[in-house]
Amino acid sequence: MNENPAAESFAEKAKRLAQGANPQSEIVHFPADEPLPLDSGGSLAPLSIAYQTYGTLNADKSNLLLVCHALTGDQHAANLNPLTGKPGWWDTMIGPGKPIDTDRYFVLCPNVIGGCMGSTGPSSINPATSNAYGPDFPVITVRDMVRAQARLLDHLGIDQILSVIGGSMGGMQVLEWAATYKDRVFSAVPIACAARHSSQNIAFHEVGRQAVMADPDWREGRYLDEGKSPRKGLAVARMAAHITYLSDATLHDKFGCKLQDREKVTFGFDADFQVESYLRHQGKAFVDRFDANSYLYITRAMDYFDIAADHDGVLAKAFAGTKTRFCVVSFTSDWLFPTEESREVVHALNAVAAKVSFVEVQSNKGHDAFLLHEPELFDTIRGFLSAAARERGVVFADGGA
Amino acid sequence: MSVNIPVKPNSVRAPDTQRVDLLLIAEMVVPGSRVLDVGCGDGTLLRILAEKQAVDGRGIELSHAGVSSCVAQGLAVIQGNADTDLAYYPDLAFDYAILSQTIQATHNPRLVLEQLLRIGKRAVVSFPNFGHWRVRTQLMFGGHMPRTDNLPESWHDTPNIHFCTIKDFLALCDDLGARVERAVALNAYGTKLVSMPLFAQNLFGEQAVFLLSR
Repeated sequence: MNENPAAESFAEKAKRLAQGANPQSEIVHFPADEPLPLDSGGSLAPLSIAYQTYGTLNADKSNLLLVCHALTGDQHAANLNPLTGKPGWWDTMIGPGKPIDTDRYFVLCPNVIGGCMGSTGPSSINPATSNAYGPDFPVITVRDMVRAQARLLDHLGIDQILSVIGGSMGGMQVLEWAATYKDRVFSAVPIACAARHSSQNIAFHEVGRQAVMADPDWREGRYLDEGKSPRKGLAVARMAAHITYLSDATLHDKFGCKLQDREKVTFGFDADFQVESYLRHQGKAFVDRFDANSYLYITRAMDYFDIAADHDGVLAKAFAGTKTRFCVVSFTSDWLFPTEESREVVHALNAVAAKVSFVEVQSNKGHDAFLLHEPELFDTIRGFLSAAARERGVVFADGGA
Repeated sequence: MSVNIPVKPNSVRAPDTQRVDLLLIAEMVVPGSRVLDVGCGDGTLLRILAEKQAVDGRGIELSHAGVSSCVAQGLAVIQGNADTDLAYYPDLAFDYAILSQTIQATHNPRLVLEQLLRIGKRAVVSFPNFGHWRVRTQLMFGGHMPRTDNLPESWHDTPNIHFCTIKDFLALCDDLGARVERAVALNAYGTKLVSMPLFAQNLFGEQAVFLLSR
């Protein structure tokens, strides 16, 4: 942290923060006189959106796949993550010859607004104060995230999306894209998500937020100004959330009730069990790469997500008249976004006679199954995208159709 | 047909006879129409309909394997249940609602048929005829539940829980006020049994295909 923040100009500071968070991404900056209107009534300006691309845009710009990341994901979907040094979160899915085949498609993955990897978020500089926004950052929604992405596409001069794809919160963005920009979305793949956040999921998020806020280093959200970070609170939030991404079966298979580097329990509160040690590691690794306030704002955006509420309480109305082809995917062991919630989306799409496919993939990996190598998921996405490209008449760079 | 996908072992459709019954169904469908195939299996009929009649096809299938295979081929198929999921479609959403070799596996065939006639301007239903002489003889002289090439499963592991004869099906149509626009019985070799009285069709027909409307 700079000892004397005032000595650094706003532009310098913004640049330093953006680059620090994100050494390898393209970033588009929208100036202060092009504010992004927000659902809350406010607006966001200036606005930065960081993104990664893979593959090549074809001549008629018809092979764009927009990949939307989940709550704690980022734009580094298929490249080494510059912060962790690990492969991108969807490295198994995106790449040459993979289901999201970068030899055929042009893949764009933006960091959501509210995030902390280069797009404008609570750790960005507030032009009004020249300090980080912190708690003064406006509350954003999933629709705001999507609106920002639409602006990014406009800036890049791309009107049509061959397919918008994402899991979990990424799936929420997919549904929002399909509901809000019907004419721009040829096909949509919402995975392991729902058309609204359930009470149970809001409850889990609230536990996470309270853990962050209970950390004295949160400083009412102004920890960046004070050179602090609510690491413990954020780690606890991550630990609790991480459990919801797994399944009982996964935890059992992975850990049983096995002890960590010891023969017997210690009758204390050390991490006796492997599962405790694992969760502590997950929490710790997370705080090194994620901003606590971003976690608060993005979880809030998910909580507010309710597409039906924006359409007189009738989900089908959100999709009335849609020409978009849908491929809805859920997982049998996902209890965070259970199949029933995907089925509600499918029923709404059926009610408007939309062209929809729906696959419930058999997996015991819980919600995180969408990030893992699940052959049924891979076959589904590969087949669906190929059919969409065929129906759209996409001509690929190699001349194939 | 250019695509050849092996029929999954548990399918209620036997590979040989299915072609004829599916082709007959395809014949009944007007080109370019909107079609829902309920119980679409591995998507064979949807592919035939797309290739031969250029239909805008959708499917519903119960089995994971069937749905995955369909979606991987790019067919618009949802994992669902004929008994419960038809209720979500609006009235007359399709030109044809097809139930091919599936009605005998539903829990409530009457309700399913009602739904078909509601969401489709026309319904096409094909089923194995339990009045076929081979079935009758097995029960009469063998004293056991019939097993044929077409219906190979034992009584305890078959998905087919509501068998009917051609006569039974006609009675149900009558009951529901459905108009029979076409009815074709096929013998074991897939030949249409034409100009035969009903009792003979019910005896020699191994499959039956009905085109219905309200």
